[in-house]
Amino acid sequence: MPDAHVEFRNVSKTFDGETYVAQDINLQVPRGEFLTLLGPSGSGKTTCLMMLAGFEAPSSGEILVDGVPVHDTPPHRRAYGIVFQNYALFPHMSVEKNLAFPLQVRGVEKARQQEQVARVLELVQLQGFGARRPTQLSGGQQQRIAIARALVYEPELVLMDEPLGALDRQLREEMQYEIRRIQDAVGVTMLYVTHDQGEAMVMSDRIAVFEAGRIKQLAAPITLYEEPNDPFVASFIGENNRLAGVVQTVEDDICIVDVKGHTVHAAQVSKTTQAGDDVLVVLRPERISVQPRNHDYSNVHRAKVVDLTFVGDHLRVLLHACGNESLIAKIPNTAGHGSVLEGDHINIGWATLDCRAIPI
Amino acid sequence: MVRLNASWLALPLIGFVVVTLVVPIFSLAKLSVYDATVADALPKTTAALRSWTGPELPDANTYAVVAAELIELQENRELGRVASRVNRIASGMRSTISKTPRRFRRSEEERADLALIAIDEKWGKPQIWYAFKQATQAFSSRNFLQAIDMRIAPDGSIERAPEYQRVYVSLFLRTLLVAVAVTLLCLIIGYPMAYAMANSSPLWTRFLLVLVLIPFWTSLLVRTTSWIVLLQQQGVINDILVFVGLIPDDERLTLVHNMTGTLIAMTQVLLPFMILPLYSVMATIPRNLSLAASSLGANPFQSFIRVYLPNSLPGVAAGGLLVFILSIGYYITPALVGGSQGQLISNLIAYHLQSSLNWGLAAALSVLLLLGVFVLYVIYDRLIGIDRMKLG
Repeated sequence: MPDAHVEFRNVSKTFDGETYVAQDINLQVPRGEFLTLLGPSGSGKTTCLMMLAGFEAPSSGEILVDGVPVHDTPPHRRAYGIVFQNYALFPHMSVEKNLAFPLQVRGVEKARQQEQVARVLELVQLQGFGARRPTQLSGGQQQRIAIARALVYEPELVLMDEPLGALDRQLREEMQYEIRRIQDAVGVTMLYVTHDQGEAMVMSDRIAVFEAGRIKQLAAPITLYEEPNDPFVASFIGENNRLAGVVQTVEDDICIVDVKGHTVHAAQVSKTTQAGDDVLVVLRPERISVQPRNHDYSNVHRAKVVDLTFVGDHLRVLLHACGNESLIAKIPNTAGHGSVLEGDHINIGWATLDCRAIPI
Repeated sequence: MVRLNASWLALPLIGFVVVTLVVPIFSLAKLSVYDATVADALPKTTAALRSWTGPELPDANTYAVVAAELIELQENRELGRVASRVNRIASGMRSTISKTPRRFRRSEEERADLALIAIDEKWGKPQIWYAFKQATQAFSSRNFLQAIDMRIAPDGSIERAPEYQRVYVSLFLRTLLVAVAVTLLCLIIGYPMAYAMANSSPLWTRFLLVLVLIPFWTSLLVRTTSWIVLLQQQGVINDILVFVGLIPDDERLTLVHNMTGTLIAMTQVLLPFMILPLYSVMATIPRNLSLAASSLGANPFQSFIRVYLPNSLPGVAAGGLLVFILSIGYYITPALVGGSQGQLISNLIAYHLQSSLNWGLAAALSVLLLLGVFVLYVIYDRLIGIDRMKLG
């Protein structure tokens, strides 16, 4: 990708020389992309963002913006828009002054400042709030102002560090679409840090999943969900059943896996997987058919229903099957879904390509 | 039934403040305008002089009353107190009053007025009688007038005191200047220190905090006298300067027993009162704000001036007010290291309380000092707003 807007090359960060906060990070972000860095807290995603912002220096490796290394540029010359956790609005300034601040320090003339401020206030739909203090705004409004301030001087690159963390759930979902709308309208490149996989799925073009300082998988949301190639990604993105087993044979990209004496046909994830390897078979709960009428499934097993939970749009079933005591399946809430009862012994089935054999 | 709430627990404190602060302040204020010593000791003289307005001398009858009462006082051994009260208004009257009763009894002169004037010709001067009348008045503004270098002229008008007696106004001004200077010095030294404390690793913060608090573990007297050791002409600082070669041995600096000594020692003693409020306010300023400022394009200087400094102002205000008020009434340090040039108003108040025993004047000076602080407080509230002040 020669025209990457932002590029991380083998970037590592360590504070004590022993434990790595970020290790061998390689990333290429094309211009205009919405890329999310997703991972649990302490996985290194915020550190990567802070290194790009210039607040931390990489221990090794290179960060390039527009093909140029940025290490020697101090943060205030990098001119990226940054939205911080808890917004970091200046409490002693009105909303207008907050928004005009980046323009003032750049020496933009007064009339142009007012124009720009009015424009971004309109962009975040808070016209008429200019005279207020940040403390007089609700959390969601402060959030919008923080975004407006990061955009007011028209940066090409915007970084957001868990910007929705402090908002309640409903507002968070609203703001996800709002941020995406603004990004589409302005056309900036966006690097977005979150630990909320739902948020990442909704907003991103691509997601980099972090764990323990490394990127485990970097792909579009649908790919991460449907084709995880890492045990951590498989369990972190959405819900997954995980069955440990040993590969018996491999043929035509299909692994035949022995899971505690039960034979499971699963898609091969790594070309190097061969007979005798330990693998983790991952299987989405919604892909398991309960009492299948279709008997073409390559995987059909007996299961005992241990628990049933009504969740609204589906019925959540806890099963004993394949030597596993907590296999989860979902029965869609359609006519006749109530035919399964606790304690029943039933058949379950799924297709080969519905489950994946991930090397451990 | 009265519902108890937590504020009742503050009752002991409120009682303590009333007993140790409110009551003394009111009795002090009373003392500054009310002194009935002479009026109580010489009731008949007081009554006789009430109708006398001058400018000619009082009548012979008044002289007789004065002579009789002075004799009575001498017999009761109370003459000294009255003599010193009158002496404060008209200096030299102590000896006149002291010798009058004794000599009057030996006098063979029939007329009391001629007898008194024969004992001391001062009894024949109207301005002495004005002073005497003033002394018999229990309520009087003379302490306050004296505290601002004014006095009551013989004709009852108010005039400036003669130049050799003008002490207090310049001393008030000096105290004010020292307080401002100490506050600024504390701010200049304390701000970077507090910044370092608020923006270091927790370990460093704790270490620096201990450094700030260590002086509190030693007595103020020890700290102040150790400055004498450091600053005197044969002291550590001068020795170092001579050793390094910055000053020749015969031109050692006079750093103590003058204004320099007062400023140095007071700044050191009061520094923690600046640093602690500053630190506690700075510790609440999110680091994000400075990061945000620089991400928005502000260089470190702009970021400090436009973002950090305004958010630390409540701490500057709290520390500044605290140090200023403490230094305006500071006593021990200037008394020990100030010499004659470095004395402040409170040293003179102490002098009048302990040595000259002119409690009325001491009270008047104290009340003026208190009023001054109060006025500054109000100005400060108008300018900055006391509710913006934060101690943490």
